[in-house]
Amino acid sequence: MKISRAELWSGRALLMALMAITILPFISIFTTALHPSGTVPSGLEWPADPQWGNFVEAFNVANMTALLASSTFIVVAVVPVALLISTMAGFAIGHLHIPGSRILLFLFVFGLTLPFGGIIVPLYYLERELGIYNTRLAIVLPLIGLYMPFAVFWMRAHFVNMPSEISEAARVDGATTWQLFWRIHVPLARPPITSLGILMSVWTWNQFLIALVLVEDPTQRTMAGALGAFQGHYATNIPLLCAGTILILLPTLIIFILFQRQIITALLQGSVKG
Amino acid sequence: MITSDNRPAAHTFFRWIPLLRGISRESLIGWLFVLPALLMYAVFVLLPLLMSIQYSFFRWDGIGPMTWVGLNNYATVLEVPDLLGTIFNAFRLVVFFSFIPVSLGLVVASVIYRVATGRLGEIARTVLFLPQVIPLVAAGIIWGWLLAYPGLINQVLRAIGLGSITRAWLGDFDWALPAVGFIGIWVLLGFCTVLLWTGMTRLDSALYESARIDGAGWLAEFINITVPLLRHEIGVCLTVTVIAALAAFDIVYVSTAGGPGNSTAVPGIQIYILAFTQQRIGLASALAVMLMVMVLVVILPLQRLSRETHYEN
Repeated sequence: MKISRAELWSGRALLMALMAITILPFISIFTTALHPSGTVPSGLEWPADPQWGNFVEAFNVANMTALLASSTFIVVAVVPVALLISTMAGFAIGHLHIPGSRILLFLFVFGLTLPFGGIIVPLYYLERELGIYNTRLAIVLPLIGLYMPFAVFWMRAHFVNMPSEISEAARVDGATTWQLFWRIHVPLARPPITSLGILMSVWTWNQFLIALVLVEDPTQRTMAGALGAFQGHYATNIPLLCAGTILILLPTLIIFILFQRQIITALLQGSVKG
Repeated sequence: MITSDNRPAAHTFFRWIPLLRGISRESLIGWLFVLPALLMYAVFVLLPLLMSIQYSFFRWDGIGPMTWVGLNNYATVLEVPDLLGTIFNAFRLVVFFSFIPVSLGLVVASVIYRVATGRLGEIARTVLFLPQVIPLVAAGIIWGWLLAYPGLINQVLRAIGLGSITRAWLGDFDWALPAVGFIGIWVLLGFCTVLLWTGMTRLDSALYESARIDGAGWLAEFINITVPLLRHEIGVCLTVTVIAALAAFDIVYVSTAGGPGNSTAVPGIQIYILAFTQQRIGLASALAVMLMVMVLVVILPLQRLSRETHYEN
């Protein structure tokens, strides 16, 4: 590939500039977080006397221990259940060729573009009716339902490409449908199940609207939902708000840096198939 | 193919239930596999969807009796400028959330593809992707501070001698919406870039080789090869980003909450305010139904675009 020097260097300069624009906001909130609580520093300025204690204070006022526990609980309650039932449905629709599978698929695909905002109001009244409003179940159950269109669509795309000879061989050996599913097809479906699990974990952790509307107590919410409440209380105390934001971002950033390749691949595949 | 009609197991107890005669045991088990997913979807998505449509025909404060008002709520949304304005704002956001990230993403992806094949490209992709992973609420809070009067943006403007145009960007009637749009660009550019770059790496490099032998420059190559062959990826980027714009909530809620005035109010925000601070459930639901229809109407043609090219590949 022959590329002129001018293009090479202008291209690299563009990339460096874009990376700077992406990173600078994080640096700005980091330096701001180190200024004395309650002051209004300028955007990018290393403080004379860095207040590392702001992070401790933010950790305490944001009730981070409870928050981490709550978010983890919600992810652990949503993701395995959603994975299991969507894989079962994707298997039945994509591989078992049950009657009505086209209609079922259409029904699920219909939900793919549905904005959460479109159903949040009735969801609130429905949950009051069911008695789960303001509990963690108020976030867990709707999220499982809302993930179904994408998750079923995604798993079906995998199972529809599995050769039926595999199943026929197992049937000859006398396997029941459940054994066929659990012993043979689930192990073969590990890559798409892993990607789907990563996707749903990130979505759940970052979920805001559902948490904001359906749970009043911030310590029972997801990380993102709690951040909204934190902002409401400390909107005027910029250093503390920045410190809290960094603490809430930290788990996501660490996970992203550790699993960047898997996460990027999963998010891209997710959008291409969806 | 698994057929069950001639299986000995077909005469199990399922056959004794008269209604299920004619349905094979196999199909029944298959349906049981779908049932949990269908149930969760029906109760927490389809049922609320129907309730939204139902509410939209009533006047209701959430507590008292519901009064049938027919299509009045829809008429109100179309007549009251502040409500109709939220729909226009949503389409103005599409320019920032969708057109700019997708077109700029095409340029950046092709720059990475051409000049940064090694380590630099890898780092650039990871760094640019970062804003996609953090909660949108965090992006809104971070930029809420950067765009504030003492924030980084004004500091930079002053440093380069543009001190006269500094302002509190998110509090300015004319600039708040573009400023929110800019946050969207920051969040979505990396996603579009990496997705389009992945598409480029899958293209046949022989095409580029022959174009270069013919002396095609960067621009000619870009317009004649890259864009047409990436129709599927472009369609996907447009779909994801257009939905992000029309259904925007998180970023707007934390950065401006719809203000100043109604200058950044989008349907998601307005639904929230109507339902949970003004107790006008019927009106909120009418706007919600219009939002859902709007997204469908805009997305369906885009889906067709990316589907068609999908079969070609």
